Parts: sequence; structure tokens; C-alpha cells
Amino acid sequence: MPLYLDEDQQMLADTASEFMAEQGGIEKQLRHWRDKGCKDGFGHGLWEQFAEMGFTGMMVDEDHGGLGMGHAEAGIVLEQIGRNLTPSPFLTSSVMAASALDAASDDLKGRWLPGLVEGKSVFAVAVDEGPKHNPQSIKTRAEKSGNGFKLTGAKTFVVQGASADMLVVAARTSGGDADDDGITLFAVPRDAANMTQDPVRLVDSSMASHITFDGVELDGDAVIGDVDGGRAVLNKMLSAGRAGAASEGVGVAGGAFDMTTEYLKQRKQFGKLIGEFQALQHRAAHVYSELEIARATAIKAAQMLDEDAEKADLIVSVAKAKVGKVARLAVQEGVQMHGGIGMTDEYDIGLFMKRDRALHEFLGDHYFHADRVARLSGY
Amino acid sequence: MAQDLDAFRAETREWLEASCPEEMRQPVDGEGDVYWGGRNAEFKNEAQKAWFEACREKGYTVPDWPKEYGGAGLSPAEAKVLRQEMARINARPPLSSFGIWMLGPALLHFGTEGQKQHFLNEIARGEIRWCQGYSEPGSGSDLVSMQTFGEDKGDHWIVNGQKIWTSYADEADWIFCLVRTDKNDKYRGITFMLFDMTNDGVSTKPIKLISGNSPFCETFMDDVKVPKSYGEGIPAYVGEINRGWDVAKYLLGHEREMISGAGNKERSGSLGPKLARNGIDNPVLRAALAEYDIDALAFGCMGEKFLDELKVGKGHPAQPNMMKYAGTELNKQRHELMMSAGGSRALEWESEETSGGTPARSWLRTKANSIEGGTSEVMLNVIAKRILELPGA
Ligand SMILES: Cc1cc2nc3c(=O)[nH]c(=O)nc-3n(C[C@H](O)[C@H](O)[C@H](O)COP(=O)(O)OP(=O)(O)OC[C@H]3O[C@@H](n4cnc5c(N)ncnc54)[C@H](O)[C@@H]3O)c2cc1C
Ligand SMILES: Cc1cc2nc3c(=O)[nH]c(=O)nc-3n(C[C@H](O)[C@H](O)[C@H](O)COP(=O)(O)OP(=O)(O)OC[C@H]3O[C@@H](n4cnc5c(N)ncnc54)[C@H](O)[C@@H]3O)c2cc1C
Repeated sequence: MPLYLDEDQQMLADTASEFMAEQGGIEKQLRHWRDKGCKDGFGHGLWEQFAEMGFTGMMVDEDHGGLGMGHAEAGIVLEQIGRNLTPSPFLTSSVMAASALDAASDDLKGRWLPGLVEGKSVFAVAVDEGPKHNPQSIKTRAEKSGNGFKLTGAKTFVVQGASADMLVVAARTSGGDADDDGITLFAVPRDAANMTQDPVRLVDSSMASHITFDGVELDGDAVIGDVDGGRAVLNKMLSAGRAGAASEGVGVAGGAFDMTTEYLKQRKQFGKLIGEFQALQHRAAHVYSELEIARATAIKAAQMLDEDAEKADLIVSVAKAKVGKVARLAVQEGVQMHGGIGMTDEYDIGLFMKRDRALHEFLGDHYFHADRVARLSGY
Repeated sequence: MAQDLDAFRAETREWLEASCPEEMRQPVDGEGDVYWGGRNAEFKNEAQKAWFEACREKGYTVPDWPKEYGGAGLSPAEAKVLRQEMARINARPPLSSFGIWMLGPALLHFGTEGQKQHFLNEIARGEIRWCQGYSEPGSGSDLVSMQTFGEDKGDHWIVNGQKIWTSYADEADWIFCLVRTDKNDKYRGITFMLFDMTNDGVSTKPIKLISGNSPFCETFMDDVKVPKSYGEGIPAYVGEINRGWDVAKYLLGHEREMISGAGNKERSGSLGPKLARNGIDNPVLRAALAEYDIDALAFGCMGEKFLDELKVGKGHPAQPNMMKYAGTELNKQRHELMMSAGGSRALEWESEETSGGTPARSWLRTKANSIEGGTSEVMLNVIAKRILELPGA
């Protein structure tokens, strides 16, 4: 596949870009819900509009009402989400949970996918158990109990956990805390007894939950994929999420950068447009170069996942790390080049910095992925 | 279409298997490993000769040039497959030359049919080695200020002036050279001339570099007679008289693309796995390598995207400047890390173990990457002006 958008993809990009700017813009969504103190951190109305656009089920296969598209297409939508800082459950529901449900039984698919496709349901994924991403170690346990399981343990920073109709939970059904084997994924409905949520608002106004499972009873058919064999599904879900987060990060960086170059063309100091100062020009040109490289890498990662390529995991980590570094650069230079006004809440540039911080942390920060790149490369 | 490509891939693999000698499937490790062609060229060994000749027969010294000009006439997609397959077995380029990277593309774009038939075939067959006469002592980054002057004498010019930093001028057969032919118009007073280095009045003097090598020269032109034509339909200048600046800029785009290392697997591949073989037991160095590998592999993705887009005319025309900037800064960092990983051994200047100080000399050579073909600062200026459209730039 060539590394640029084909005609269909370009059409999707144009549609998504127009839609997100109009309906998902910062004023209309992020600021609106933030200033209201919304407990979800996003609007369900917009989520239904996502469904009308065909976005919610884009990665769901056609047999289940979706469009059967791939990571590359999801990445296109995510870039626009990032650019507009659009709060939505797209990444967790339509990309990550949908990828996990791909491995589920027909029953389970029939139960959850229609709601997703229609934009009625929202899903969350519960993997981490501490403040840093570490999916290798999973302590939450699911013990066999009758025909089903009993879930005990705790998950942290589950994005939109309290808003979710269903949580994909990674639990240990056998083995030691850090084993590859012995992991099972469960689809846990929101009304499960003995599950408590403790939501917190994060720096980017999104909501995340600390969730406790105190002997939550689950049917045997809540299992996604195979008992004890969930690591592969989990990895697939994480890769989908990481590649998706990379695409969203490209959008965040791109949005911040465009806002900054616009500002450089308007603001005057010392009798000149500040964009005339070479000190700023060179830094802007540097950010541009890095951003192009990051974008290429995110596209490559999505394509490799779609092709099930051998080195997909490596490039996904390269993408998550590279985009992380570059988005950080773009938002920090953005605030700096805005001068004092960049520090005000009234200006949007600071919102990009906040979103970057949260997205960067999600599913492994740049250090996590640098370490993974080294390991996957054999050193 | 995809099927045709699969067939082409299979065919290419088979051909490479049969034609590329084992010795030519090693990373290039120093100047002697590269074959530059030319009147006085010598092959380093039999394998280099066999590999070059096999490629020349197939048109694979310039795979995507048309067949009538010595290429293989491959489509962009086929050329990509060939690149991938050559990279897969680490095949060395059969022929390196400024003719291929720089003059060739300019001739394909601006040349007359006669020039193409004549010069492109010579380049493809590695017969004539070219050098580039752009820079002058007073005109480096500000290239358009150059002063070398050609006085119009009807059917020829008399050229006087001095060029500097002319890479391999002393080994080159011909030069493509910027010559001022109208002193009153800075941009529209330059002619892009081609002439033989053995002409009376052309002389070169090597400049010794910090690496101890001297691949560059000062080039002096002292009443050099350059005819306006080399025969029917073969003018001695490219494009129009006084409009050489357009050609020069076009060529710089290709030069920058080449220097960027886009599509060069050795330069845009990861470093950690290679250096790890010597054992990296320092966690800080390991982390630095991982950071580098992220940047290198990401640049590799960009290189692929850049070449894909280039072939179908997508992407911004000033994009080669960005690639040159990013690629050369990265390559300098690569060699810094190789020096760090090599430790004291990498400092050896003449030892056999280091094949005559290859690590140190290569490291020093890469410092020029962000200067040659336009400095990093100039690349950033161009990006700011032409891509970001910042004011007053
Ligand atoms: C937290 C905070 C507290 C403050 N407290 C006070 C206070 O108590 N009293 C007070 O009077 N002020 C205060 N300030 C204002 C502060 O001094 C200004 O924000 C600062 O001088 C920068 O000016 P500016 O915001 O107008 O940015 P601008 O001058 O518009 O600068 C925008 C960007 O252009 C760059 N730039 C501008 N000129 C050049 C140039 N010639 N070459 C290269 N780059 C250039 C800047 O570095 C910056 O990146 C405060 C600001 C902040 C953020
Ligand atoms: C390895 C190598 C091979 C070369 N091969 C050839 C060749 O084959 N043929 C040929 O003609 N030339 C060749 N060159 C010359 C090369 O193109 C010039 O060295 C280059 O363009 C820089 O010019 P300069 O050396 O005069 O530096 P200068 O232009 O004097 O620059 C000095 C410093 O000032 C900075 N600077 C200059 N202008 C600006 C500006 N507007 N804004 C900000 N900073 C600025 C530069 O970035 C640099 O850091 C080669 C050079 C090298 C190193």
C-alpha cells in the first residue's frame, strides 16, 4: 500500500474533517461540557451523530451492521478528533472494544455491537492497575464459580469508565501476576453487582474511573475469546488503541501547530509580525518537519496492523513514542510562541497542551514505548 | 495490477539471486565500496564489476528512466518493488553518480531530445563522471550571488571564475556549472553549462578535510572556451540561456532528496540491534539508542511516504528541503552514537582493526551532511517561507 490516502480514504478524511470541525469543535463540545461540569466529559448527542456518520461501527464487520473498515480509516477519523479536541468514546469503544469483540462469540457480539453501531452504547477498557501503563502485570483475578466467574480486584484510570455500558476487563484466570498466559477478557455490564466506580476528572477535562470488583459474578458467556488465552486478544486491542492514539496525537499536534502558525502571522511586536523573526521561523519549521514524520509513522503503523505485518508491533510502538515526542514539542512551542496569552484559559492553545498530556500517558508513554522498541529489537 | 507486481517481484527476486554476488550484499563501509564510473574508473574487485555490468544490461543503474535513455522504464510501483527487493538482500547500489542523482533528473525535465539521447545514456552506462560547479568562495548559501562569468563570443563563451567545494572535481570527466551570462539580472542572468574538465583553462586543486580525505576541490576556470553546441540538437547549456537558475533550483531539489537518505535502508534503519551485538550494558546508552531507533524508524516511514508521494506528484514541492533537514540531522546523530558505542576503538585513526579509521572518518564526514547541498538553516528558511508561508521570510 502506498503511504498516502487513496481516493476513498481522502473522501473519508474530507467528510470527517468537516463534520468534526462543525459538530465536534472546541467551543461546542470540549468547553461546553467542561464548563457544565458534565459527569461524562462528552456529549451523547454527538455520539449519536457519530453513528449517523457511520463512524461508531466503522471497524465492526458488515455482518454485524458495521462498515468493515480498518485501522487506517479509524486513524483518519481520530486525527480529526485530535485536531478538534473532540471528547468522545470513539477510541475506547469503536477502536479498542470493537477490536476485542472481534474475537467474541456471536452471542456476545449480538448483545453489544448493535448498540455501538447505533451510537446508543459506550464501552470502556479496563486494563491498568496503577498510574503507569503496565499490561504485563495483571493482578485482578477471575475465579471459576459455577458456570461462570467471580471477579475480584481493582482497575485504575479507566477512561470514561463510569459512562460505559460495558467494560472490557482483563483479568487473570490462572498463573502468576506477570505471566503471558492465564489472562481472560470479560465483557462486564455496567449494572453488575459488587462493582464500584470512583470517577475522577483529569487535566484535559476527561473522566476516568477507579473501579473495584468485589466478587462480581459473571456468566460464562461474558468471556471474550478463550479462557486463559486472552493475552493475544488483549495485545490486539492494545495495538489498535496505541495506533489509534498515535493518529489522534497527530491531530492534537497538527491542531496546535496550525493555531500557532496562524498566530505568528497576526501578532505584532517590535513593529513586525512575530512570524518574521528567524528564531521563531526555524523552530516552527522544525516542528513542521517532525510533525510530517510523525504523521507518516502513524499511517504506517495503521497500515501494518491492517496488513497483519510481521513488524506491526514494533512500528506501533515507534508511532506511539514518536507522536508522543512530537505532540509534546508542538504544544509546548505552541504555548511559548503565543506568549502570555497562551497561558490564559480563554485561548485554546493551552487545551491542546492538556489533551496531549493525557493522551501521551494513555496506553504507554514515550518511555514505555522506547523500552518496548528496544525489547522488540532484541536489546 | 497487483498480480503483475507479484510476478515482477518474483522475477526480480530470481534475477537478484542469480546476479548479485555475495560480496555486494554487504552494507557500504567506506568510499572504496562505491563504484562511481567514469573514464578512469577502476573496479575494486570482480564482484563489483559483475554486479555493475549485470545492472547495466537490465537498465537497473537507473531503473525508472525510460529505456531509450539507458533505464529500465519501470513504473513507480515496479521501481518500489525493486528498491524493496534490493534492500531485502542489502544489495549495494551498482553505480553512484551525480549524473544519476542530479544532472539526470534535470535533463529529463529540461533537456532536449538530443541531450537526453547523448548524456543520459552515458550516465546510465557509467561512462562519464560528472561534478557540480555551483558554490563559489563568496557564494555558498547565497548561491545566486555567484560571479563566474561567461562572455558571449557568438558560437561560444569564454568562461572565467572560481568554484569551490566541487566534490570529486579532480576525478570527474565533465562538470555542470552555473555561469553568469548577464551581469544586470541576478536571477535571470545565469546559464547552466555543461563542459569537459579536460578543456584548456580548467584546473583543480584538492582541499583537505577534517577527515583527512580530500574529495573536494577548488576549481579554476581561466579563459575556458565553452562552445554553445555539441552537435545537432545538443546544446551545451540546459534549458534556456540566462534561465539556468530554474534548472539549478530543480536540480537542488533532487540533490536534497538524495542527501536526505530517504529510502536508504542503512541510514534510516535502527541502530540498536546492530550495536547491541557488542553488548550494551549501560542503561543510559541503551535508552539513547532506543530514542534514536524511534527517530530512525519513523524517518524510514517518512522516507517511504515521501518517495510514494513524489512518484505520483503529491506532496509539497518544497518537501525535499524538509527531508534533507530531518535526514541529515538524524545521520549526524547516528554517527555520534556509533562513536559512543565504539568507545576508544572508534578513535583509532590508522589502525587495521578500523580499516584505517573508518568510524572516526565517517563520523567526521557526516558533519558535512547539514552543510552540503544547502545548510540546515537554509532548509529551515525554505520551509518557513515556502511551506508555512510565514511573513517576511
Ligand atoms: C504568568 C504571567 C504573569 C505575568 N505577570 C505580569 C505582571 O505582573 N506585570 C506585567 O506587566 N506583565 C506580566 N506578565 C506579562 C509578561 O511580561 C509578558 O507576557 C511577556 O513579556 C511576553 O509578552 P507577550 O505575552 O505580549 O508575548 P509577545 O511579545 O506577543 O510574544 C509572542 C511570542 O513571540 C516571541 N517574540 C516576540 N518578540 C520577539 C523577537 N524580537 N524575537 C524573537 N521572538 C520574539 C516571544 O518570545 C513569544 O514566543 C505576566 C505574564 C504571565 C504569563
Ligand atoms: C561535503 C560537501 C560537498 C559539497 N559539494 C559541493 C559540490 O559538489 N559542488 C558545489 O558547488 N558545492 C558543494 N558544496 C558546497 C555547499 O553547497 C556549501 O558549503 C553550502 O551551500 C554552504 O555554503 P558556505 O559553505 O559558503 O557557508 P555559508 O553560506 O557561508 O554559511 C555559514 C553559516 O551561516 C549560515 N547562514 C547563511 N545564510 C543564512 C541565512 N540566510 N539564515 C540563517 N543562517 C544562514 C549557514 O547555515 C552556515 O551555518 C559542498 C559542501 C560540502 C560540505
